[in-house]
Amino acid sequence: MWQSIKPSHRNLRVWQLGLLAVIFVLWHVITKPGLIPPIVFENDQQAAFFFGEPLKVFGRIWAWFFTQADIYQHLWVTLLETVLAFGIGTALGLGLGLWLALSPLAAAIADPYIKAANSMPRVILAPIFAVWFGLGIASKVALGVTLVFFIVFFNVYQGVKEVSPVVLANARMLGASHRQLLIVGGRAVGIGEVGDVYSRVGHRLGGVGGLGHRHRTLLRQGRAVGVEEDHPRLRRRRRRRRRLLQGHVLCRLTAGRHEKYESEQG
Amino acid sequence: MSQRPVTESPPALQLRGVACTFVAKDDPGQRYTAVRDVALTVGAGEFVSVVGPTGCGKSTLLNVAAGLLAPSTGTVDVFGQALAGINTRAGYMFQAESLMPWRTARQNVMAGLEFRGATDAGTQADEWLRRVGLGGFGDRYPHQLSGGMRKRVSLAQTLVLDPDIILMDEPFSALDIQTRQLMENEVLDLWAQKKKAVLFITHDLDEAIAMSDRVVCLSAGPGARPIGEFAIDLARPRDVAEVRATPRFIELHQAIWSVLRDEVLKGYQQQLAA
Repeated sequence: MWQSIKPSHRNLRVWQLGLLAVIFVLWHVITKPGLIPPIVFENDQQAAFFFGEPLKVFGRIWAWFFTQADIYQHLWVTLLETVLAFGIGTALGLGLGLWLALSPLAAAIADPYIKAANSMPRVILAPIFAVWFGLGIASKVALGVTLVFFIVFFNVYQGVKEVSPVVLANARMLGASHRQLLIVGGRAVGIGEVGDVYSRVGHRLGGVGGLGHRHRTLLRQGRAVGVEEDHPRLRRRRRRRRRLLQGHVLCRLTAGRHEKYESEQG
Repeated sequence: MSQRPVTESPPALQLRGVACTFVAKDDPGQRYTAVRDVALTVGAGEFVSVVGPTGCGKSTLLNVAAGLLAPSTGTVDVFGQALAGINTRAGYMFQAESLMPWRTARQNVMAGLEFRGATDAGTQADEWLRRVGLGGFGDRYPHQLSGGMRKRVSLAQTLVLDPDIILMDEPFSALDIQTRQLMENEVLDLWAQKKKAVLFITHDLDEAIAMSDRVVCLSAGPGARPIGEFAIDLARPRDVAEVRATPRFIELHQAIWSVLRDEVLKGYQQQLAA
């Protein structure tokens, strides 16, 4: 009996699904009001408020995709922003990475500033980009570009510098032209790494796009975690949010766009 | 100026007064002269070995002959023509791993032909892989091959282009002794068929004598220069393992070693001091 259900490579998928089920059941048991007495919180409503209830969350997701079917426009915006950020960031990173790797003097001059720029948290750029590019798609793409750019840049830069000089010398002796040598170099940098680069870029980009917007909006409305009720904590939070938003330097600077933003937020 | 009749064809490779000085990147005052006053000639079809202590600039000399490195002073002539840029008549077999890791053995052998735009690259590559004993290994990647097999692929990659000059930089130093002797014999066979000019770098005197027509000794660096030259009059074809036991081989070995020994010790002392 144990032999057949013991974790192995054959029943890996079953165990994965089992683990998922356990997590959902646990989530449900902990958050469902009235199911177990409150241990950490003051009353049995609060666990549901902070963590959401799985069934309600699923209900909302179902509505997004099927009954109301209003998620698709947000998905589309996110996709567009992601693709644009990928494209622009990759082109810039590739260009600058190649240039600096092939020109050691330029690299030496730029080095401290590139390191400084990379150590800067990207989040602080968000309001600046919003001022520069407005609150539409362009500022999100710009933020995405900063994420993609540095990852691609450092990989290309490091990759080119680490190309075996012997392999390159060999290619030259075999009669590779300048163009062919560049291709050899490009291959040696490892196009295979690009997949890895993009998966890292992908999860960093997640919160920037249209879905991020949707998520923030829902969070503001207290619905992201499946809470529909008008909770006093939620009302306080909304008020604070509004004050914050109104007092925000962004809104002053973008006075013209302010109205539009408010109306968008509903 | 009156035209003199050409009495004999120019040598395949002729280095005259070659010196290579490297300037330290972080301190321009620090200079290192690897080789100087090097005069070296390799006739067409001649097999010449250069031996010397480690770090004496043997590879530097080969890079100069290949055109990968321009000498600080001196000239390089290839079949009577001054060399500028890459030596297109030479094939280079490197000491380190030089195969492109993303290409299969067959694609690696094809590389040079592809760069030149040859249409029958595939068939020629297959032919050469078969010749170096790797007929069934064309679809393997370098990391799937043993060290000896990789060297064979390198050999095929170099020879498939049919170069007039073959430059070899300690090509078998990383191989075990059996594989090494096998490869040495194979190289001699291939060389005997085509009679190309070969400049062979090694630190192994046995290997140099067993394979060459002529052995050139370099002094210890810095500023290494040729200090002795020996014609190897052993009969061909040779078997590198068997020829080592002949009296003439031992004689030659003693003669060359007497010149080389002091330099090797000097080179060793310098390495210890550094």
